[in-house]
Amino acid sequence: MSHYLPTTHEHDIDPVEGRMALVQGSPSFAEVTEAVVRPIEIPHKRWWIAFFISLSMLGVLGISLAVLLWEGVGVWGNNIPVGWGWPIVNFVFWVGIGHAGTLISAVLFLFRQKWRTSINRASEAMTIFAVICALLFPTIHVGRVWAIYWPLPLPNQMQMWPNFRSPLLWDVFAVSTYFTVSLLFWYVGLVPDIATMRDRAKTKIRKIAYGIFALGWRGSHRHWVNYEAAYLLLAAMATPLVLSVHSIVSFDFAVSQLPGWHTTIFPPYFVAGAIFSGFGMVLTLMIPLRAWFKLQHLITTKHLENMAKVILLTGSLVGYAYAMEFFIAWYSGNPYESFVFVNRAFGDYSWAYWIMVSCNVITPQFIWFKKIRRSAAALFVLSIFVNIGMWFERFVIVATSLHHDFLPSSWDYFSPTMWDVSLLIGSFGLFFTLFCLFLRYLPVIAIAELKSVMPQANPHYTAKPKRKRHVTKSAVGVVESREDDRGSDDGEVNAEVSESQSVKVVVSGANKKLDKKPSDEPTAEAAAEEDDASAEAEAEASGEDGSDEEDKG
Amino acid sequence: MAKRPKIFGLLAEYETPADLYKACEKVRDAGYGAWDAHTPFPVHGLEKAMGLRPSLVPWIVCVMGFSGAALGYLLQWWTSVVDYPLVISAKPFNSYPAFVPVIFELGILLGSFGAVFGMFGLNRLPTYYHSVFNSSRFSRASDDRFFISIEARDPKYDPDKTRELLESTNALSVEEVED
Repeated sequence: MSHYLPTTHEHDIDPVEGRMALVQGSPSFAEVTEAVVRPIEIPHKRWWIAFFISLSMLGVLGISLAVLLWEGVGVWGNNIPVGWGWPIVNFVFWVGIGHAGTLISAVLFLFRQKWRTSINRASEAMTIFAVICALLFPTIHVGRVWAIYWPLPLPNQMQMWPNFRSPLLWDVFAVSTYFTVSLLFWYVGLVPDIATMRDRAKTKIRKIAYGIFALGWRGSHRHWVNYEAAYLLLAAMATPLVLSVHSIVSFDFAVSQLPGWHTTIFPPYFVAGAIFSGFGMVLTLMIPLRAWFKLQHLITTKHLENMAKVILLTGSLVGYAYAMEFFIAWYSGNPYESFVFVNRAFGDYSWAYWIMVSCNVITPQFIWFKKIRRSAAALFVLSIFVNIGMWFERFVIVATSLHHDFLPSSWDYFSPTMWDVSLLIGSFGLFFTLFCLFLRYLPVIAIAELKSVMPQANPHYTAKPKRKRHVTKSAVGVVESREDDRGSDDGEVNAEVSESQSVKVVVSGANKKLDKKPSDEPTAEAAAEEDDASAEAEAEASGEDGSDEEDKG
Repeated sequence: MAKRPKIFGLLAEYETPADLYKACEKVRDAGYGAWDAHTPFPVHGLEKAMGLRPSLVPWIVCVMGFSGAALGYLLQWWTSVVDYPLVISAKPFNSYPAFVPVIFELGILLGSFGAVFGMFGLNRLPTYYHSVFNSSRFSRASDDRFFISIEARDPKYDPDKTRELLESTNALSVEEVED
């Protein structure tokens, strides 16, 4: 089985649905497995470099934590009006990033957005690792790490229970539930793919390790029925969950009575910001990943473009929220509220505020240009700006409301120390180390799910037409050109497709087919051997019950 | 003469979901009960071709989800009203609106446990040994091939007739698998 080398992208039309194919180059199922699994079986030199850099950053985290635990929270720049400082900024930043994964896997699943299948696995992994980083910060921010279990409702010798009226406690439940559910969701999606890894494993250790986690999965359809029901329900539960988590994180601020925090716009504004930053991080990770792992035919420009559009939408929502906060500060006539906002934009932290506005509101507007949103390099740069901007958003929210509170005599300015900076760098080290390990041992694309959205996965898709094409004349041109490009491997349009469907193929395919390179020719020998088998298939396929089902599909 | 190994049943291999779909319809119509299809991904609508009943997972999730929510309320009510009543910012002991987030989160948490562990339970997973793995061809069931297995314990099973049925379904191969 030869490895599929993508040469051209973005030209293939899904013959069943008549729209742009999600998987470009029409690979066979085996070629998809091969493309995803190969980088895991043969690690790339780049992987070692990335892993080594991440590991060094993780070392920075270890040292910073040791210093912090030894010395206490005094090593940070936190002072009395600004008691929250960077740890809470980092917490909200990482939780926000952790939202895109579940959004992609759950919300887009419920909306039947099939393009999610190429990116959901890596985004879910990103979510889990981001939430791990997020959980680190409140843990160390309490100062006495050894007492971190106090918010949990555990029976204890003091006969006390936590205060369930506090948003900080809601946060404990929300974030830990979110982590658990994301992990389960991710693992359920992984089981069939781990079974694929198990069946391909060559070494004994791999066979045992993948074997244990595959749970003896044998692709039974009796299992798939339960599996799909469970997956759908998990998605249905994760969708309100993901919205609730960042709403509750925003309650940490909104339920307090500080000007600048005490606003009703916070929950939706935080959720939009979370999706915005999460998609930013997905792009930051996916763009190099698809290039290094040569997955451009699976994670296509179309996928990047869709993600860019989500960024544009949520970025604009965030911009709207910034404007609305200002408007309400003025409209409410509350002098404290208006002072905070004027101070935000023109006070001590105006530099941070304008970094935030330019990264979060202005940068995404470039996505309106088609050239930019279809360019991987431009989107990569843009996504870095989004990440920076969203970190500054949280910094602005935390620092500006706290540093000038009601009593001018207690006003102060917050500046970070080197241990603040090293903890942030270290948390990136933790994140990237975990992500590198994920890339090394698990399939970065949900193989089973991706296969199920390919045209030949449809049971009504037939490998060969019965007669020599009865479709309209213009459609024949396209059908034949597809055959020339790919050999008769596995995918022609069935002759039985309805009239309207074939017209759709022509309309969307006509201008694309010209720039198709003739070199785009996968497995010739596989095509030859499959010819015989499919010759038999055709007779039955377009026989009795075949044709009426085709029309339905 | 050496003792013949016990037979698990017959395993037929197919190349495309379409072939599998039609073969499943035939096996279903022939009236078999102890049989299964094995696919690398969920083939859309195959449960209809196999005549399977809808999954029981939603019921488990429903029960678990509501118990989680109830447990969430019970936990907060008992700790804040019964075991440790403490006036906090002049709020009533049973300040139920403030309890909503935890009720919601625990409902989702237990519902998800119901979905995941209920699904594994119904599927009897983990099952690390299964006879279908005795076939050397079966490793492609997680890659690009589609299989039907009919078990010998099925009352309609007959080594020759069942093989004939499977061979009439456009299978690439039909083989006997040891138990």
